[in-house]
Amino acid sequence: MRMTGSRMRRMRVRLELIRRPAPSTLMTVASPLVAVALTVATGFVIFAAFGVDPLEALYFFFIEPLTAAWSLEELVVKATPIVLIAIGLSVCFLSNTWNIGAEGQLIAGAIFGSIPPIFFPEWQGPLILPVMIAMGILGGMLYGAIPAVLKVRFGANEILTSLMLVYVAQLMVDYLARGPWRNPEGLNFPDSRPFEGWQLLPKLFGTEIHLSIAFVILAVVVVAFVMRSTITGFQVRVIGEAPRAGAFAGFSRNRMILLVFLISGGFAGLAGVSEVAGPIGQLRISVSPGYGFTAIIVAFLGRLNPIGILIAGFVLALTFLGGEGAQIMLGLPEQMTRVFQGMLLFYVLACDTFIHYRVRVRTKHAAAAEA
Amino acid sequence: MGMIEGIMLTIITAATPLLIAALGELVAERSGVLNLGVEGMMAVGAVCGFAVAFETGEPVLGFLAAIAGGIIMAALFGVVTLIFVANQVASGLALTLFGLGLSGMLGSAYVGRPGVGMGNLDIPVLSDLPLVGALVFGLDPITYVAAALAVAVWWFLFRSRGGLVLRAVGDSHASAHALGYNVIGVRFMAVLFGGACAGLAGGYLSLVYTPQWAQDMTNGRGWIALALVVFATWLPGRVVLGALIFGAVSILQLHAQARDVAVASQFLSMLPYLTTIVVLVIISRNRLLLRVNTPACLGQPFVPDR
Repeated sequence: MRMTGSRMRRMRVRLELIRRPAPSTLMTVASPLVAVALTVATGFVIFAAFGVDPLEALYFFFIEPLTAAWSLEELVVKATPIVLIAIGLSVCFLSNTWNIGAEGQLIAGAIFGSIPPIFFPEWQGPLILPVMIAMGILGGMLYGAIPAVLKVRFGANEILTSLMLVYVAQLMVDYLARGPWRNPEGLNFPDSRPFEGWQLLPKLFGTEIHLSIAFVILAVVVVAFVMRSTITGFQVRVIGEAPRAGAFAGFSRNRMILLVFLISGGFAGLAGVSEVAGPIGQLRISVSPGYGFTAIIVAFLGRLNPIGILIAGFVLALTFLGGEGAQIMLGLPEQMTRVFQGMLLFYVLACDTFIHYRVRVRTKHAAAAEA
Repeated sequence: MGMIEGIMLTIITAATPLLIAALGELVAERSGVLNLGVEGMMAVGAVCGFAVAFETGEPVLGFLAAIAGGIIMAALFGVVTLIFVANQVASGLALTLFGLGLSGMLGSAYVGRPGVGMGNLDIPVLSDLPLVGALVFGLDPITYVAAALAVAVWWFLFRSRGGLVLRAVGDSHASAHALGYNVIGVRFMAVLFGGACAGLAGGYLSLVYTPQWAQDMTNGRGWIALALVVFATWLPGRVVLGALIFGAVSILQLHAQARDVAVASQFLSMLPYLTTIVVLVIISRNRLLLRVNTPACLGQPFVPDR
């Protein structure tokens, strides 16, 4: 009694969450839109605080990249790895398993996929690219399997192990590109020899867009089908939402952990090899500006749904591109992109509350009367 | 000062930020909240501490700013996860991404600026004692704060009424709520304490450990602090032990690099991360030990049903 009294004196208005009988369809669609709007509004304030014209800055960030053909192509190029990874992660997150090391699995894919062209530089022909891609997927899957096995076999927390492996992978690719795999004719630049001819993903229709966009479309279709229409998709959902029910139904939680890590690792590996065989064209000390982490945001912003992720991937790709533009045109720090991305995830998570809850505002008077 | 003494000294210095951040997270987790944003809160603490110390020339003000920065970040997390009951894992990641970006943005003006360091303690006779002099009486002041913090956290959690309530909230929020305790309030305070500690740990990095500011200078220490809490099975005493072990690993690999060991530097730099994984595996095998001490409601959202 004493506690309630003191709380009421302090707070005039109290927010109360009331569970909805069923998730709100309206909010399911509206929540990501509201989150984006709130992010833009907060961006307005941040830009003003940095002493630049907020409208101009927002224009450079979110509109300008959409006004030229080359930057639209660039948008597709940047969205490709993000969407690929996020599709895989969505399966993981749906089963309530937390792979946050996709960035490491992307790097593993890039390293494995680079093995054929680096060890057989003369190898040309229609076979090498499929081999590289298969190697890349395998690399991502193997690297993703590590935290899964440690979780299943020893119970080690997959969040922490998968994240630690990101640092390990970053150091590994740094070692390879500076050390044994460095281009002997490369004037000491920390890059591998450039891939050539058949070792590269073809560009489509004379644009900068690579064939990897086809993988994205394929991934969206396949994952949407598997999650909606197969027993495996059903098992992922049941284990994620009601683990006890899943156990009674005889679904193996351990098998599922391995499966979703292999899937998400494989997609990240595919993204990695698509980068080194695509826009980058060689192995470098850094093969990603954090696509593996951005993909986590995309997975949530896209409602863990393949179509939603496709759209969200382009929104986040825009922040990368807009960030570069704002840096060049307005001299804003490049870290602005990460600020926007983190903020967006915050807002989308907070807005998601309204899918499952109604918020009731209770004034002091009403609360007192009820008590 | 002998070489062994010097190495011991650097190990303690490397262990201090891990210890402070892990103690804060331990309290938050004991109340049932899993905050994966330690890395982000630490980064913001580091940049706030550096900026304020640089502008004012006062390291003490810098440390206060670092703590304030960590608390503000933690408050953001608290609002999203405790009031809006958002998923704690995802929100923690958001906090880390946001914090790393924000720190880089705020710190862009301070890259490469000379830092305002903080001198070590120097008690006339005691600090010059052979062997133990420098190790016990010649450290930087924050290290003593960290040691006191470890004792204080232990005392609070296991010897005080407040600690009992906090652990009750973390072990069974429904029962604690039924008994009339303010679950959300207790958790919010615990999260803020975690933020203050992470901020202080970040300030230690930019004011004592390497007195300068660099983008991403936390370098995974926030995540290692999170792993330390698991390693310690949520017991403050073991956090001290774990922090020293991790401090030793990170210092020894630096010494090995300086001595031109015939292993590429990248592999030596992997050691702290690989050690974390190995340690997590070893500790997780003992399921009983974990089950006894893991807060039962860790990571679970709580909505009072009135």
